Amino acid sequence: MNYHWNWGIFAQQVQAGEETYFDWLLSGLGWTVACSLSAWVIALALGTAIGVLRTTRSRTLSGAGAAWVELFRNIPLLVQMFLWFFVVPELLPRELSLWIKQDMPAKEFVTATLCLGLFTSARIAEQVRAGIQSLPRGQRDAALALGLSSAQAYRHVLLPRALRVIMAPLTSEFMNTFKNSSVAYAIGLLELTFRARQMQEDSEQGIETYIAVTLLYFLCAFIANRVMALIEARTRIPGSIG
Amino acid sequence: MLDNLDLEVVRASLPFLWTGLLFSLKLTLVAMTGGIVFGTLLALARLSPFAVLRNSAAAYVNILRSIPLLMVILWFFLVIPLISGKPVGAENSALITFTLFEAAFYGEIMRAGIQSVPRGQVDAARALGLGYAQSMRDVVLPQAFRNMLPVLLTQTIILFQDTSLVYAIGATDLLKAAEISGKNYNRPVEMYLLVALIYFAICFTLSRLVRRLQARVAIPR
Amino acid sequence: MISIRGVSKWYGPTRVLDDCSTEVAKGEVVVVCGPSGSGKSTLIKCVNGLEPVQRGEVVVDGVSVTAAGTDLNRLRARVGMVFQHFELFPHLSITDNLTLGQTRVLGRSRDEAITRGLAMLDRVGLAAHRDKFPAQLSGGQQQRVAIARALAMDPVCMLFDEPTSALDPEMISEVLDVMVKLAEEGMTMMCVTHEMGFARRVAHRVIFMDHGRIVEDCTKESFFGTPRSERAQQFLAKILRH
Repeated sequence: MNYHWNWGIFAQQVQAGEETYFDWLLSGLGWTVACSLSAWVIALALGTAIGVLRTTRSRTLSGAGAAWVELFRNIPLLVQMFLWFFVVPELLPRELSLWIKQDMPAKEFVTATLCLGLFTSARIAEQVRAGIQSLPRGQRDAALALGLSSAQAYRHVLLPRALRVIMAPLTSEFMNTFKNSSVAYAIGLLELTFRARQMQEDSEQGIETYIAVTLLYFLCAFIANRVMALIEARTRIPGSIG
Repeated sequence: MLDNLDLEVVRASLPFLWTGLLFSLKLTLVAMTGGIVFGTLLALARLSPFAVLRNSAAAYVNILRSIPLLMVILWFFLVIPLISGKPVGAENSALITFTLFEAAFYGEIMRAGIQSVPRGQVDAARALGLGYAQSMRDVVLPQAFRNMLPVLLTQTIILFQDTSLVYAIGATDLLKAAEISGKNYNRPVEMYLLVALIYFAICFTLSRLVRRLQARVAIPR
Repeated sequence: MISIRGVSKWYGPTRVLDDCSTEVAKGEVVVVCGPSGSGKSTLIKCVNGLEPVQRGEVVVDGVSVTAAGTDLNRLRARVGMVFQHFELFPHLSITDNLTLGQTRVLGRSRDEAITRGLAMLDRVGLAAHRDKFPAQLSGGQQQRVAIARALAMDPVCMLFDEPTSALDPEMISEVLDVMVKLAEEGMTMMCVTHEMGFARRVAHRVIFMDHGRIVEDCTKESFFGTPRSERAQQFLAKILRH
């Protein structure tokens, strides 16, 4: 293997500009974290709501929840990115469409975050549904027998328990969100993967670039994992297993 | 707006999209077959009593599972020519990458499958005098594979969707073909809608089939 | 035929077998009983090396099970074993269950293996079920097939690990009948079981275990007459009351 190593590359300035390659990667990391965290908030809120819908007795509501899940789960994330970026604005009223295309601030960021959030919400919804359905039936009955309304039963009994049950899959979904955010490079969000490709072409030090970026993704996954473990430990019910 | 969609463009682009789809399917099938074979070996390594084997398999699986697939694709595209000394092309690079990457995921499924076979089955096989390889081949793996068939197929649907990421290195899969057509005819909206519809139709149908299969394949005990 | 000399075994810090010694002569039927967790299943699994031991020696038909370098697979092929949960292979038909070991380990031809296997299936009275799958048989039938599977290997002795304790009461006798017939034909047998009726009828000796030790090892007459240890007396009183 004939490769010229240059670990000093990160301190060097980019071809056209004052910044160093390190600055590029750092700002890429910033966008990756911002996009992933915002998408996660959207996904958690929507996913929980839709997961709950899928366990209600109303056929309309649970059918709507199922349609949501199937729609977002059966189209590749990258294709969904393109749909939100290129297609959706065309379907909106003319003025709004123009505003999005010309004036909307941080257009790539908003689009990518929304897309990733909705995509992830479908996956969380499935887990929330499975979590609720894994609870013994008696729990719902007991809550209703106490006189709680259906909404209260979800709010105070079913969801708090279900969310604890699904902490492990939620943790890996949180880590997935960081990994999936890399797809946003395709619509021009200046996140880590975009910067990785940019730096690789600009510096021609591909291996150093990819090693650094890979380590940064590792770091994100590791921190995401620790944060969820901390939450899991904090919310653990005394006397329960694991 | 939707009412001025150009359906003629859609019709004209179909033959090219078909070649793209064929590559997506080929990539899926190759990565699935290779991934399950290599993944099963990884699973056996992860469950072996030898620490070196166990740890290196675990490292392989955990590393690949914590990096974005997109980065893995870029990595292999960069490194394969450096190692082999000659360019291999985006298509071949994709075939190698996906096989090695998916093995980490199929391997974890097979590991769960092997662990789902009750301990007594292994004891019974060993008590008959079957060796390790024989009891794996004749008793444990067939059961593990059947127990996990729906999960393996679900992973394959995810794999099929993930093949769209070869877009990043310019291999002409279904998505890339749609993008090229969209540029040629200057009708990207039609093309992206069409390609989304195709992916949806395939994945939705397959996931329905998997769900029906699920009830049927479980080995009755 | 089977000799166990000073065998001890630990799981981590817990001692599960404590200096166990006994002999089973050719043609002898020995019943091993004792409360749950007394180590009786572990002891019987040491006889064909399914459980390794840390101290002591096990010799079967002149071959040391515990010595390094013993071809355990060859030895196991000559020692039949019947399990508590039958452990038929659910993905194979009854015929294939009967022939797997014969073709793969003994190297018999498929025809030869089928002939031998079906003869044994006939012996346990289930010849009509040769093409079924395990899940299509009752528990008692499955256990009889498991006995036939072991017999088809032409074993020099048979080990039974609680062969009736996973069965519904009405199926216990069909399995015991097969075992009694086997004992009367002179098979060397070591049986972990709580079926004291079976022990009374065919056993030559009874071993009583508690806390990983062999507490009693005597003829059945003296065991059922006046067991020496208090633990065995309590155990008998409990078991015979039902």
